[in-house]
Amino acid sequence: MTTNGTDKLLLDVQDLRTHFFTQSGVVKAVDGVNWQLAEGETLALVGESGSGKSVSALTVMRLIPSPPGKIVSGKILFQGHDILQMSQKEIRAIRGNKIAMVFQEPMTSLNPVLTIRRQLTETLELHLKMNKKAAKDRAVELLLMVGIPDAARRVDDYPHQFSGGMRQRVMIAIALACDPKLIIADEPTTALDVTIQAQVLEVIKDLSERFNTAIMIITHNLGIVARFAHRVNVMYAGHIIETASAKDTYGNPAHPYTLGLLQSVPRLDEPRKSRLVPIEGSPPDLTNLPKGCPFRPRCTFAIDRCAEENPPLMLVGEKHWAACWVDVKTRRPRP
Amino acid sequence: MTTQAPPRPAATARDSGKTKLGETMLDVRNLKMYFPVHQGIVIQKKVADVKAVDGISFYIKKGETLGLVGESGCGKTTTGRAVLQLHRPTAGEVLFEGTDLTKLNSKQMRTLRRQMQIIFQDPYGSLNPRMTAGGIIGEPLVIHGLAASKKDRLDRVAELLTTVGLAPYMRDRYPHEFSGGQRQRIGIARALAVDPGFIVCDEPVSALDVSIQAQVINLLESLQEKFQLTYLFIAHDLAVVRHISDRICVMYLGKTMELASREEIYENPLHPYTKALLSAVPIPDPIADAKRERIILTGDVPSPLRPPVGCVFHTRCPIAIDTCKQVIPEWREASPGHFVACHRV
Repeated sequence: MTTNGTDKLLLDVQDLRTHFFTQSGVVKAVDGVNWQLAEGETLALVGESGSGKSVSALTVMRLIPSPPGKIVSGKILFQGHDILQMSQKEIRAIRGNKIAMVFQEPMTSLNPVLTIRRQLTETLELHLKMNKKAAKDRAVELLLMVGIPDAARRVDDYPHQFSGGMRQRVMIAIALACDPKLIIADEPTTALDVTIQAQVLEVIKDLSERFNTAIMIITHNLGIVARFAHRVNVMYAGHIIETASAKDTYGNPAHPYTLGLLQSVPRLDEPRKSRLVPIEGSPPDLTNLPKGCPFRPRCTFAIDRCAEENPPLMLVGEKHWAACWVDVKTRRPRP
Repeated sequence: MTTQAPPRPAATARDSGKTKLGETMLDVRNLKMYFPVHQGIVIQKKVADVKAVDGISFYIKKGETLGLVGESGCGKTTTGRAVLQLHRPTAGEVLFEGTDLTKLNSKQMRTLRRQMQIIFQDPYGSLNPRMTAGGIIGEPLVIHGLAASKKDRLDRVAELLTTVGLAPYMRDRYPHEFSGGQRQRIGIARALAVDPGFIVCDEPVSALDVSIQAQVINLLESLQEKFQLTYLFIAHDLAVVRHISDRICVMYLGKTMELASREEIYENPLHPYTKALLSAVPIPDPIADAKRERIILTGDVPSPLRPPVGCVFHTRCPIAIDTCKQVIPEWREASPGHFVACHRV
């Protein structure tokens, strides 16, 4: 499947705002984002630290610590129901069941005092009401599915007996346990070595295709996204500043930030450049965003209008939106 | 050995080094770094060795950058530290401008440290949170007696801040007031303070955001040109290493697998591990990425406590034969300047 086959809307996020009320001011971590995800689709959320990508994911899972965090406005429609209006009981029935999460740190997100089997069967018994025997068999099956050799024996091991890559496979197995509709993977391979990264990503991709699971992958590594995602959302300072198919994001970037990110990383498949082209400056302070476009202080394309008005997402191509007043190809203002 | 202490003006310090541009500055021969593993609480008994670095050899010429790549636990950081004698090597020689560093006592080593510095990976953990930026950068000047007066020192700190792209007025700020990229610049300024000729860069950009990485890499490159610096650049990101290095050394489980010039490693890799590493790097372009041949290694890196017998890579190697399981491959020169350790090449 190259793009999603069904086109059936799974997740519809509308005007979502998650703010953190801290002593030094209001941090607008996510500030008015809209995006959709179809069944079986893989969506990538790309951005630097502090761009709001992890907060977006935690908001979907309703895992924002409050206080200081607060979901100020918006709707998250999951299969037509608004997650933000659900009671704690209702959301618990979805979390880990219909929507599962794979965290970045395979070292700390497993419970060190429970066997792998218990961590898998917990979910199965809770959500699927399986009995102990059935849950154990299913646990072994799940471990085999994510490629853990000798699973029947290893299911009784503790997390510390597994390597980093193996632990991340266990995390994926737990996420898959209830046959979820959506898996949110927050930097699933950042803590792993390159050769192990490749293994883990293959597992995720293969499983999503086999079970038609939608994946939301959060990463700062543009390379990983290229191989996986159908669509890419680029985030900057709490806003989505570009959304397009993976092909367009890389082949035809329409926002200066996306363009800058792509130019600033050295690439193995291209002749070596004598100097990299960095994005100057550093990401903005979220408690004190400049007026207008948040990227303007670092942007080489900026015009007067950028200082006054924050550009909304504008249609720039087929299913391709970018939030910029300037056309990066012609360097002229958009009409 | 250069033991004369009088403070020298900044600009001339480097020229007084014995080595000329293009000559061998650092020569590492059969370096071994073992960490003992003890058992028992009262009576401790050594039960094994972690062979973090197990007999590696390489050289670095003045003014060039040698990239050291490998997965976590392969011994690349330990190599960097053993070269600087931050760990005392178990065996082997580290010849720096002809002097064997392993034979020096700590006092002699301290004088020589002026010529060799290190930039650390973690810009958060490597700066003392209770010292100002100026204090951090000025400290090596005090220790090595390089500033005649307080004014001298402050002037030099201001100059260093400017060199790394910060402003002199920032010297009174504390580390928490800087961003990750700026902190890394402070780390670089601290390393530059004593006018070293040789710098070990231990994953200097890994902890930084993508948009900031390029800034720091460009800074390191322009400093190298300006001051004729020699780098040992340790990293796991092969694209970054290719960009900055003249020659590249690939390590696996404490041993060197392959060493060659940048072009050779990327265009004509000989070792199966190098090939697998290169093919595992994702490329930010879906069309180009789909066309590439991909070798996905099975299994994990074995424990350095019990490395495999024979070639350490044979457990994951797609082309291993019986010889690989028994005989350690020899480190040999396959073509001029291209070293490899593999039976199948």
